Order: sequence, then C-alpha cells, then structure tokens
Amino acid sequence: MSSTLLSRAPSQAPPSQFLRWGVVVFPGTNCDQDTYHVLQGVLGQQVRYVWHHETELSGLDALILPGGFAHGDYLRAGAVARFSAVMEGVQRFAAEGKPVLGICNGFQVLLEAGLLPGAMLHNQSQSFACRWVNLRVEQPASPFLAACAPGAVLRIPIAHGEGNYFAEPDALARMERRGQVLLRYCEPDGTITPEANPNGSVDNIAGVSNEAGNVMGLMPHPERASEAILGSDDGRKIFESVILSFAKRQ
Amino acid sequence: MPRARITISLKPTVLDAQGAVVKNALRSMGYDSVQDVHMGKYIELELAPGAGEEQVREMCQKLLANPVIEQYSIAISNEG
Repeated sequence: MSSTLLSRAPSQAPPSQFLRWGVVVFPGTNCDQDTYHVLQGVLGQQVRYVWHHETELSGLDALILPGGFAHGDYLRAGAVARFSAVMEGVQRFAAEGKPVLGICNGFQVLLEAGLLPGAMLHNQSQSFACRWVNLRVEQPASPFLAACAPGAVLRIPIAHGEGNYFAEPDALARMERRGQVLLRYCEPDGTITPEANPNGSVDNIAGVSNEAGNVMGLMPHPERASEAILGSDDGRKIFESVILSFAKRQ
Repeated sequence: MPRARITISLKPTVLDAQGAVVKNALRSMGYDSVQDVHMGKYIELELAPGAGEEQVREMCQKLLANPVIEQYSIAISNEG
C-alpha cells in the first residue's frame, strides 16, 4: 500500500495499483456516476466513460457495464443494448482475457450477449426488489473476489425487477464443476436458505463468471456499498480484487 | 402485405411465476376448469412483400426471444 495515496481516501488505504477503467454508458444507464465515483474518488483509479457508440477500447485495463435500464429494458432487460456498437469492443476485450464486470443491468446485458451463461427472469415475486442482501463468496480464487477470505459474507444492496437467475440443470452442473458460480444469496452467517433468496434465482445464485473467469456478472450493486457512510463498504472488495489480480498478473 | 404474428412463451422447464399467480387467481374465483396458465408475449410484424418465415425465425432467434428461457411460434398471413 502506498501511503502517498492515503489522502484520496482517508478511511482506508487504497490499492497501490492504478488501472485504467472504462465505465460503459448506454442510453438509460443510471449507475455510471456512482461507479465512476467509487473507482476514482474512493479507490484512486483512472476512469473514463465509454459511450455506447465507441468500439475502440484498447487503452483500457478493465471494463464495467453498470446498472440502469439500457434502452429502456424494452423486450427483455439488456436485449437491445447487447446489439450496441460498443458490444463488439466488449466481446473483443473479453476474448483478450481482460476483466469485464457487469453490475445489475450490466449483468443482464452480458447474459443477453452470450458472454455469460444463463438468463434472467422476472423476480419470482413479480415486483421490484430493493434491499440489502448478504452474499457468500463461493470462489475466492476468482479475480473478482481475490480480496475476500474463503467463505466471506458481503453485505451489498440489490435493486432490480429482473434478477431471477436461470440456467438449465445440465448447464448449472457444468458451471459448478468449473467454479463459475461466484456469489450466492445467504443469511448473515453464510448459510444458504430459501428465505435469503430475494428473487427466486436458481440455487440462490447472485453472481457468475464465464468459463475463462475474466467476465463476471452480479445483480447486487457493489458501487452502492463501497464507503462506510453508506452502511457497508463490502462492495469495495469486488473492485479491489480486480486491482489485486491485475497487479499479480503484471 | 405479409404480417407475422409471433407468440413467445417460457419453455416448459422454466417456472412461470406470473402464470402460476394468474392460475391461482382464476381458481380462487371458482374457475376449477383451469388446469394451468402460461403467460407470454405477442409481437406483430408488418413485412415487405416477399419476406418469409425464415427471416422472421432469425429475428426471433437473435432478438425477439431469448432461446435460453423462451420458445416461440410464428404465423404468417398475407393481408391487404
């Protein structure tokens, strides 16, 4: 940790590594500024917005598709956004093994784009769910969770209407074998119960990765829980993990 | 002018929570004949003359339906 950076985030020592992050903005994205704030203001990272028309992403180290309602979420959440010009660049970026993180609507876009396995259904309750949830870290070896202890429980809020994760049983079994289930909704002590599942997701799944492990999607909003004043800073762990994993790879 | 009528519904392996709620509502109203309810989407496309089912199928596969969770049927008619 570099002490010269402490002035940027007096509450905690920020990571010593600087990454160049891109935050993708579609018409209807609404969590882009929160995400930008956490990356730059809290973690001292270099960040720029990536407009949905852009296709050249080669100057970036990591990409985030933030939450919102891209293209109004008409038809299905993420269904129209996945045909945006920027998604060609995102596909290439992911194919190069660089980290791509989809948060909430960003997760839905990555699913529709086929960059992550499965699909989203409307919440089983048929209503929008906006509350705090607990998440059990299932794969601390993932580059998105490397800063977490095995079995750690993260407290992060959700806010979505279509977060009911679905994959066919054989696809799920394959994902389990390959360690692609990264986060599960759980009780505060880490036990997995139906009551802890806010949307009906199969096997309480809250976050998954692609087979290569460099693309992650999660429904909860880590950018809304990255400063203690907001009630939790567990969400920082996700961003810090990417930075940590990037530093290790260098 | 050809008109494509597309019906999209969830695959039988996917729990249709909305359908289940509507089924329960109908049965609690006394409609005991209702065995099951499946909710879906209906999309109508007005097409240029000559457009065929093959193209509509492609649209369903790429955009209109999500093959991971949904199935669809297409009916094309020629109307004035």
